[in-house]
Amino acid sequence: MSPALTWLKRIAFGLLVVVITVYTLFPFYWAVVSSLKQGSALFEVEAWPRNPAWQNYSAVFTEQPFGRNLFNSVMVAGSVVLVSLFLAVTAAFALARIRFRGRTPLMLMILAVSMFPQIAVLSGMFELIRALGLYNTLPALTLSYMLFTLPFTVWVLTTFMRELPKELEEAAVVDGATPWVICMHVFLPLLRPALVTTGLLAFIAAWNEFIFALTFTMDQEARTVPVAIALMSGASQYELPWGLIMAASVIVTVPLIALVLIFQRSIVSGLMAGAVKG
Amino acid sequence: MLARQRVRAAWLFLLPTLVVLAGVAGWPLLRTFWFAFTNASLASGEQPEFVGLENFVVVMEDPDWWRSVRNTFLFTGVSVTLETVLGMIIALTLNSRFRGRGVLRAAVLVPWAIPTVVSAKMWGWMFHDVYGVINEVLMHFGVISGPIAWTVDPNLSMVAIIAVDVWKTTPFMTLLLLAALQMLPDELYEAARLDGANPVLVFFQITLPLIRGPMLVAIIFRVLDALRVFDLFYVLTSNSAESMSMAVYARQQMFEFQDLGLGAAAATLLFGLIALFTIIYMVLGRNSVIQEAA
Repeated sequence: MSPALTWLKRIAFGLLVVVITVYTLFPFYWAVVSSLKQGSALFEVEAWPRNPAWQNYSAVFTEQPFGRNLFNSVMVAGSVVLVSLFLAVTAAFALARIRFRGRTPLMLMILAVSMFPQIAVLSGMFELIRALGLYNTLPALTLSYMLFTLPFTVWVLTTFMRELPKELEEAAVVDGATPWVICMHVFLPLLRPALVTTGLLAFIAAWNEFIFALTFTMDQEARTVPVAIALMSGASQYELPWGLIMAASVIVTVPLIALVLIFQRSIVSGLMAGAVKG
Repeated sequence: MLARQRVRAAWLFLLPTLVVLAGVAGWPLLRTFWFAFTNASLASGEQPEFVGLENFVVVMEDPDWWRSVRNTFLFTGVSVTLETVLGMIIALTLNSRFRGRGVLRAAVLVPWAIPTVVSAKMWGWMFHDVYGVINEVLMHFGVISGPIAWTVDPNLSMVAIIAVDVWKTTPFMTLLLLAALQMLPDELYEAARLDGANPVLVFFQITLPLIRGPMLVAIIFRVLDALRVFDLFYVLTSNSAESMSMAVYARQQMFEFQDLGLGAAAATLLFGLIALFTIIYMVLGRNSVIQEAA
């Protein structure tokens, strides 16, 4: 191949990489830029605001109960992760390490639940939550989010648990360990990385959830962050506070991006275990 | 004896999970099916009465329902196709060795990490009719002569909704396709290169057939997700009757019009559709599931 052609190819490839990067990052960049603008500056299109206005970031906490919304999201997502992981560890142990009749149908059933459209359980869940007296409270969200986090955590942990060596378990059985001891004291410590990965993915899913949070809460104070952002309104109906909305969006997104970048490798392997192997 | 003890332990270990799943999935689903055949309403406090197939008839006769079906299918078809093509291009790019590959791989994950509602808002702002950067850029390059109301016009709002979904979920497709690509043996490509084969030909004749399985699974996975779309439609088009997805239609009947029975009927239809695709997914992915379970 002639050197000119090689160079041409390289430039084309470089261009492709640049296009992909700009396409992926521009919307987030634009949200950051817009969040630093106030008043009429918001309506001028420029690459970086001349006078960055940080007021939006404080206003979102004073003009909206956004601190409260953040707290709600942290509480709900945190409790969802803890409960799902706790339930999923024992379930995954049973599914991965013990042979029993009905195991395959059970796994298929759990997989099927993870495909449920949320809308299909919405009215039944609404009734259940009202009957339990949980309407407009955070536990209502924790409970309903189990619908999608539990099948997922069980499924992924089962995949990870199956890969642990058999010898470990056999040695423990010889020592007279019960299944509970094997699960909690032999396998659990080895599963730490898998727990971090699945926990993080469940956290992200719970953090992003919208339709249950929209339906099962009523007051601004009970809302989670996605609902708060979706319903944020300004002084009049036709005037949306875009600067505030963008500031709130950036606040919600930055920690997630940080987490995803830090745990990049394990997140990718967790997603694979959850999707492709299914 | 020991074996029996272990089997008993297995069921005990599974019990809490099964109870929770029955509570949040099984029971509410059955109740939804039941509501679909009743005149259940949020407005009246009375016991719902059985009305047979009436709700289904009303839904089937509602042009808004059929519009939501059309919207959902259009959205699913176009988004998943674009995501597959774009995901493939990005996966192939990431699969070749170059400086900065790690950085690009991390950057590609960013849209996936952003909550759907936030993505919808970010893009809603970019698509803003008067102050949006997209209109500004298009006008600057002379593609359009005046600003366009992207999220208000029902035909255009579909373009906007698809654009957001493609942007947000292409990373997922990319990851799955990249994983499949990385499992292909290098030797195949060595041989092709020695023969001086055309890269496009190599892609269509070697790469594509080899990753067809994982690609199909990824596509169906995305289809399942796209069919139940709610947030994007709800946030971007603020509930207008012309641009609803099936899930938005069902929820509107249930909670805004307070007709729980009618909404449940719509939700049941959507569930049936997704169940059908789930079965296809399981049959296609069956070999791997059984391998896992064995």
